[in-house]
Amino acid sequence: MAGNPQVNPQGYPHAIRAAFWDAARAGAAAAILAFPILALRAYQNGRGELVLRERWHWMAIAAGVVFLARFAYHARGNFGAARAAAPAARGLPALPGALKPWLAGLTVGFLFAFPLLALWLLGPQASLKWISTFGIDILIYVMLGWGLNIVVGLAGLLDLGYVAFYAVGAYAYALLSTKFGFSFWICLPLAGILAAFWGILLGLPVLRLRGDYLAIVTLAFGEIIRVVLVNWGDFSNGPAGIISIPYVTFFGIPFVDADNGFAARFGLEFLPIHRTIFLFYLILCLALLTNWVALRLRRLPIGRAWEALREDEIACRSLGIDTVSTKLTAFALGAMFAGFAGAFFAVKQHFINPDSFRFIESASILAIVVLGGMGSQTGVALAAVAMVGGTEMLRELDFLKQIFGREFDPAQYRMLIFGLAMVLMMIWKPRGFISARTPSIFLKEKRAISASHVKEGHG
Amino acid sequence: MSAVLLAVERLTMRFSGLTAVDDLSFEARRGDITALIGPNGAGKTTVFNCITGFYKPTRGRLAFAREGAADAGAVAALTRSGARGARSPAGDLHLLERMPDHEIARRARVARTFQNIRLFSGMTALENLVVAQHNALMRASGMTLFGLLGLPGWRRAERRAVERAAAWLERIGLSARADDPAGDLPYGDQRRLEIARAMCTGPALLCLDEPAAGLNPRESAGLNKLLRSIRDDDGVSILLIEHDMSVVMEISDHVVVLDYGRKISEGTPAFVRGDPKVIAAYLGVDDEAEAARAAAEIEAAGAGAP
Amino acid sequence: MTAKPLLTMRGVETWYGSILALKGVDIDVAEGEIVALIGANGAGKSTLMMTLCGSPRARRGAIVFDGRDITNLPTHEIARAGIAQSPEGRRIFARMSVRENLQMGASVLRGAHFARDIERVFAIFPRLKERASQRGGTLSGGEQQMLAIARALMSRPRLLLLDEPSLGLAPLVVKLIFETIRELNKSEGLTVFLVEQNAFHALKLAGRAYVLVNGAVTMTGTGRELLARPEVRAAYLEGGH
Ligand SMILES: Nc1ncnc2c1ncn2[C@@H]1O[C@H](COP(=O)(O)OP(=O)(O)OP(=O)(O)O)[C@@H](O)[C@H]1O
Ligand SMILES: Nc1ncnc2c1ncn2[C@@H]1O[C@H](COP(=O)(O)OP(=O)(O)OP(=O)(O)O)[C@@H](O)[C@H]1O
Ligand SMILES: [Mg+2]
Ligand SMILES: [Mg+2]
Repeated sequence: MAGNPQVNPQGYPHAIRAAFWDAARAGAAAAILAFPILALRAYQNGRGELVLRERWHWMAIAAGVVFLARFAYHARGNFGAARAAAPAARGLPALPGALKPWLAGLTVGFLFAFPLLALWLLGPQASLKWISTFGIDILIYVMLGWGLNIVVGLAGLLDLGYVAFYAVGAYAYALLSTKFGFSFWICLPLAGILAAFWGILLGLPVLRLRGDYLAIVTLAFGEIIRVVLVNWGDFSNGPAGIISIPYVTFFGIPFVDADNGFAARFGLEFLPIHRTIFLFYLILCLALLTNWVALRLRRLPIGRAWEALREDEIACRSLGIDTVSTKLTAFALGAMFAGFAGAFFAVKQHFINPDSFRFIESASILAIVVLGGMGSQTGVALAAVAMVGGTEMLRELDFLKQIFGREFDPAQYRMLIFGLAMVLMMIWKPRGFISARTPSIFLKEKRAISASHVKEGHG
Repeated sequence: MSAVLLAVERLTMRFSGLTAVDDLSFEARRGDITALIGPNGAGKTTVFNCITGFYKPTRGRLAFAREGAADAGAVAALTRSGARGARSPAGDLHLLERMPDHEIARRARVARTFQNIRLFSGMTALENLVVAQHNALMRASGMTLFGLLGLPGWRRAERRAVERAAAWLERIGLSARADDPAGDLPYGDQRRLEIARAMCTGPALLCLDEPAAGLNPRESAGLNKLLRSIRDDDGVSILLIEHDMSVVMEISDHVVVLDYGRKISEGTPAFVRGDPKVIAAYLGVDDEAEAARAAAEIEAAGAGAP
Repeated sequence: MTAKPLLTMRGVETWYGSILALKGVDIDVAEGEIVALIGANGAGKSTLMMTLCGSPRARRGAIVFDGRDITNLPTHEIARAGIAQSPEGRRIFARMSVRENLQMGASVLRGAHFARDIERVFAIFPRLKERASQRGGTLSGGEQQMLAIARALMSRPRLLLLDEPSLGLAPLVVKLIFETIRELNKSEGLTVFLVEQNAFHALKLAGRAYVLVNGAVTMTGTGRELLARPEVRAAYLEGGH
């Protein structure tokens, strides 16, 4: 019987049924979990008594959402295979060659115009928030993400204590300026050097560790720095932090309402927002510098060695690559950019204390790198915008009140919503926004490499 | 006879209770293809790992003379001095057991491939070959500084590195796949790419761990040609582990046979093939007779067909 | 053919991204047969073997195993249906001991017959018995290959897929492996579908064979027939020196 076999058409409905039941199970689990959290809520009534209020519809909504999400997830995975799809594009389009620089140029142009545009459109009061929170804050995280991307994305070293170097930079400027009166422009490089120095100091003993162990030690290091800052009052002024950190100047010209101030010198009307705009341009330049260096390094032997290290450390050693010093340079350079960003943070805030350098900061920066797609500069920038901008946006979204009822305050739930979005995102794109790797050099044709081959590194 | 390139003396390697290499001594000569054969688990790969610094031998000496010869007097003097290597008018001498792995590759210039291929699978074939030239390129890029500034000296060096990589891709027949990730290549191509990558480090000794595994007889013949050309045209000596006798017997100048970590035979391919000890432990009885019968069978079957 | 068909592939196409690696392959393996697949480097032999296990998945065509369409079945269900593979690159569990690796192989059977089966594979590969508690990742290359084959046998498969079983094995052991395959086939009726570079051995062992060129089957016949074909001999048997 070598003829045509009966192709059993049972595979497809079978998959649907399996997906349905799995989704139902997940929905039931969600309902059980939601029961104490959402369905029942205790209130204090006017007389101070606890009253139980039932909100079964909330529980139903939660279970329904989980059911649908789970089902959709299966639909992608299982039935996707059944699609006799047309051939996908070769590899992944690495964005057509000519378009990419053009797009990058446009973005940078827009960024340079952004504060002036905001000022012009919204006026000095309303634009402050846009320039400061949506502009400067996002750019700080873009820069931190790009810096950490060198360590995690390129060299594949999982660093959970990145914020420590950010703290070193911030305190370097705060202390040097308040105690010795150094100007920002002297402190900026010093902060970078100091952070790099600490990077090497930490790196030397721990870079022999791999994977999870490295992650834990860096995490501990991050906490140690913070605890030292909290407890060594003589040095860092403890939890109270350092106040009255000198403001940034326009290369020596202060932003004050006086004859020697920036506005007067340039014949402008004095506006406090001038300083903010200058800070915006400053962090934009620092971020672009980070990007330029990182992109450049990727095409240099050191950058290729980082990526090779992420792929296979043993093979690297067999090729005569000194893995310890290669890892150290990645660590030190990553730390240096965090140091720059830290100094900027101090000059922008005018006040710092150890609370700004908690583990959650390291985690957020790492999340930006992972969400963006390890190793991809564009992806990291997009992720920073989505994460920082997104959480800010959630404060504002009043329309959610229409969905979840009057008492719903989106700002309160923003971390929850954000977490949910992150989970969905990782299901949809497990290797981040931009997971394909662009080769650093090519002979005939540059083609992106799909993530399935690219390793994530393990220390 | 050419000079001794690598002298393995009384090498012993123990893993908690198991002696994988046991008091082994042999020599590899410059300009030779020296084969290391033996049953599975005989300790061949372990010897490679000791030579390339991935294992620290329990005991023994590995004298490597990149130029000149590893003559007994100089080796003894170096051993006493406690140093890792010595440079003399007669040439460089290294004691590999004292050096870390990356220095063995960089200074002594010993390159290797791995039994379970270890390419950088997410990087392209070309990138793999460029990474292999890391140390030379690091120097040319002024430890990154000149490179960052894009100085012309660095650009020239990079162009030369790419040309060299392209030439190797051409030589192993992978030019068309230069920009494909190494992980996409079929097994046999990955093996050849790994050899090319090792060659791009500019080695004096190339250690190949089963390069013919996964190749069919025709492809093995191609490999033979490549290895001969590496020996003759590039002047690189080869240390070869291989189970494919059509490769070992064809191209080796000298064969060392291991069993349970000990040397059981040594000599020319013809001698080793006829050694009863080797036949009993490794090749199997009447291997030659069977090969002849096989050839005859093919012949007969071929004659039967139109 | 009188024997019952066990595995049927019809028009199977497998893609890597936009690269068509299998171009509509038809293969039949009947119960109790030994079938070989030969072909040059990069022909798609390993792709075919992995497609049978659903990774990568066939985009078009059908794979039927024992009357059941397994084309879109998840890989673990394909294994439960009775297909075991010793894959290219061995893929043993490096941090688990030899015994644990074999236990993983037997997990489809939930431990039934484990004691008997492990003795059986230890009898075939005494070296594995000596090293039962050594970690898989520290075994020598050849020892790992033995372990991969032994692990596949532990699930008592109805169809055994072997991707280059002789890879990295000493000449003596290669003979042993081929004898063992023949033996298992004869005594237990085990159906075997194998890829081999060692075409001469494979064609002698196999009842039937397929030749794969560039992702398509170009020739098929009994082992003896193919051995006699001049084009097969030229391409896969002779060293060409
Ligand atoms: N790290 C280790 N720990 C314990 N045993 C080991 C270790 N590495 C190797 N061995 C054992 O030492 C012996 C020699 O291994 P080696 O890899 O050198 O063999 P080989 O001659 O290369 O064999 P093959 O031809 O199969 O590759 C093997 O039995 C192996 O199991
Ligand atoms: N993961 C992958 N992504 C993209 N292309 C791949 C991938 N794996 C294999 N290929 C391509 O598919 C083709 C078939 O490869 P495959 O490994 O199946 O060949 P093979 O016949 O097993 O070769 P070998 O004899 O070397 O083992 C090759 O051209 C290879 O480059
Ligand atoms: Mg070995
Ligand atoms: Mg294959």
